[in-house]
Amino acid sequence: MAETSNIDGHGHDGENRRDFLYLATGAAGAVAVGGIIWPLVSQLAPNAREEAAGAPVQLNVSAVEPGMVITVVWRGGPYFVRHLTDEELELAADAPEDIFRDFAPLAARTGGPGVQPVDETATADENGAGATGGKIGRWAVMSANCTHLGCVPTEVDTGLDGWVCPCHGSKFDITGRVTKGPAPTNLPLPPFNFASEDILVIGADA
Amino acid sequence: MSGHSTYQPTSGFGKWMDARLPMARLMHDSFVSYPVPRNLNAFYTFGGILMLMLVSQIITGVVIAMHYTSDASTAFESVQLLRRDVSYGGLMQNWHAVGASFFFIAVYLHIARGMYYGSYKAPREVLWILGVIIYLLMMATAFMGYVLPWGQMSYWGAQVITNFFSAIPLVGDTVREYLLGGYSVGNATLNRFFSLHYLLPFMIAGIAILHVWALHVTGQTNPTGVEVKSKQDVIPFTPYATIKDAMALVIFFAVMAYFVFFLPDYLGHADNYIEANPLVTPAHIVPEWYFLPFYAVLRAIDFNIVIPFTDIVLIDSKLGGVLAMFGAIAILFFLPWLDTSDVRSGNYRPLFRIAFAIFVINAIFLGYLGSRPAEGIWVPLMKASTLVYFAYFIPILPLLGWIEKPLPRPASIMDAVMEKSQDEGAAHIEGSAAEPNTKG
Ligand code: HEM
Ligand code: FES
Repeated sequence: MAETSNIDGHGHDGENRRDFLYLATGAAGAVAVGGIIWPLVSQLAPNAREEAAGAPVQLNVSAVEPGMVITVVWRGGPYFVRHLTDEELELAADAPEDIFRDFAPLAARTGGPGVQPVDETATADENGAGATGGKIGRWAVMSANCTHLGCVPTEVDTGLDGWVCPCHGSKFDITGRVTKGPAPTNLPLPPFNFASEDILVIGADA
Repeated sequence: MSGHSTYQPTSGFGKWMDARLPMARLMHDSFVSYPVPRNLNAFYTFGGILMLMLVSQIITGVVIAMHYTSDASTAFESVQLLRRDVSYGGLMQNWHAVGASFFFIAVYLHIARGMYYGSYKAPREVLWILGVIIYLLMMATAFMGYVLPWGQMSYWGAQVITNFFSAIPLVGDTVREYLLGGYSVGNATLNRFFSLHYLLPFMIAGIAILHVWALHVTGQTNPTGVEVKSKQDVIPFTPYATIKDAMALVIFFAVMAYFVFFLPDYLGHADNYIEANPLVTPAHIVPEWYFLPFYAVLRAIDFNIVIPFTDIVLIDSKLGGVLAMFGAIAILFFLPWLDTSDVRSGNYRPLFRIAFAIFVINAIFLGYLGSRPAEGIWVPLMKASTLVYFAYFIPILPLLGWIEKPLPRPASIMDAVMEKSQDEGAAHIEGSAAEPNTKG
């Protein structure tokens, strides 16, 4: 009985050899299609050389006086390095929280040597205050691509205002915290640390 | 619609070929004996113009691609060299760049024609959707083409537009990296955009063939919106439509040639004569004019959408802007079902005509706003104008179908033509009974 039904393709419980063959062919076909699509999609990713360009960069910032901003390139993109003055630090520390769309305490936005009196209450934001350990530093290092659609904001330098984006009008304070416009979040902080008083390393935490 | 083929091969070779690959028959049936409504006006010539624009872009494109290098360090230089040192290179480059603009002028007039005469209504929904797909592919092609000369506007346009994808929740940044082939717009991006810019026009050509196929299944609409009912309503494509299309083509290309020769940079941006610089954004970045209305919609959304009475952000301003912008295009796909009126032509819909006029004026105004900076009075205007844009599709079009009382329509195309010449005193024909006026 079982033999005959196997021969003409009718097994028990509605299963038969043909069902198995369909399944096996379908499965093999799916694997093959997946195997073709995978490399086709994968080749779109940043290649090994692009990735290597993501290695940390070092620069000497001894010539950057308080109040000055320089733009440096890491991973093909621009980063602002701002040496804050005492007045700027005070303004940023005193600014009311509700003017910011994506508030982060000053200690989470700054780092580096020349550290101000410690603000023990401030906690490091996972955004990358690795360099500060929750202390307010003199240096604000941030991505120079607006978090809206990536334009480079222009410096404005009046009091608390640090940058305005020429593309759609987003505004950022001197530490890169967004105050106005369509940008949803603060300018992101790259991992950075100071190898010494003068040597800033962008791309690696301490 | 196409009916019986009337093609008669005459030569011996023609008969031999007809029995093997009847290409001449296909051409004859599609572009010679093909019947078109006898009352088509000038707005019906843009389809033919668009076909020729595509051919023109492909020919000039293939030629300038022979002189172009898609390496980020030499791309800008290669286009400048093409313009200055290649024999007629400047002409070819201008023809291609100006041609892109005129391609869009033609497509916007073509789309507006369809919207006014109800060309998207049954049974032409698929024809309409194929058209919207062509429009999308054209936008992708033009965007990537504009990146190729690697000037400041090229670079920052690419930066802004690829950033749309980083608005996608969770995976956005990865999607963008895969799109760019790097962490920022660079050499990898330029190379893949060149590859795709070369490919997409041929995909457009493919979809355009389907578009024309669908057209020849349903037949063309006409200004009365009344379907063809008898042989009296139609005339053969050749010579009548051919000569009219040719006339329109000559005028269109003459205007375009004026721009190519005398105002080649009028529709472009001076900033694109500065080589791409990833460290400096031009003070005022704007896309090409044909993207401006959508750029205004993008910038109109500068607020987070929160769950009412809480601080929980549902859609942040960035994602909101991108969704609104894509929505402004995607809504065109649904137009056949949003318009609930069964009267096809706007000529017989008094309220629709007003709504359509406001829509067109607003779309142009939206384009103007797209060129303004996102500050001061412009921002609320962008918001208002965006609202008017969407209001046309929802709720105005669906509602109009219910509340509007359409005017009586002619019984047939022939009747309408006769009535018109009667009004003009040219002829006097009796007995044009109006089509029964059902619910609009
Ligand atoms: C749908 C058709 C097409 C459209 C709408 C289009 C659009 C554009 C645009 C807007 C530009 C930038 C021009 C400028 O501002 O200087 C451009 C550049 C370019 N296109 Fe196309 N294109 C089309 C078809 C093609 C084809 C088929 C090819 C090649 C086979 C091609 C090759 C090029 C090249 C090499 C450039 C860079 C040189 C330049 O900037 O003039 N294009 N295209
Ligand atoms: S890119 Fe900065 S506001 Fe849009």
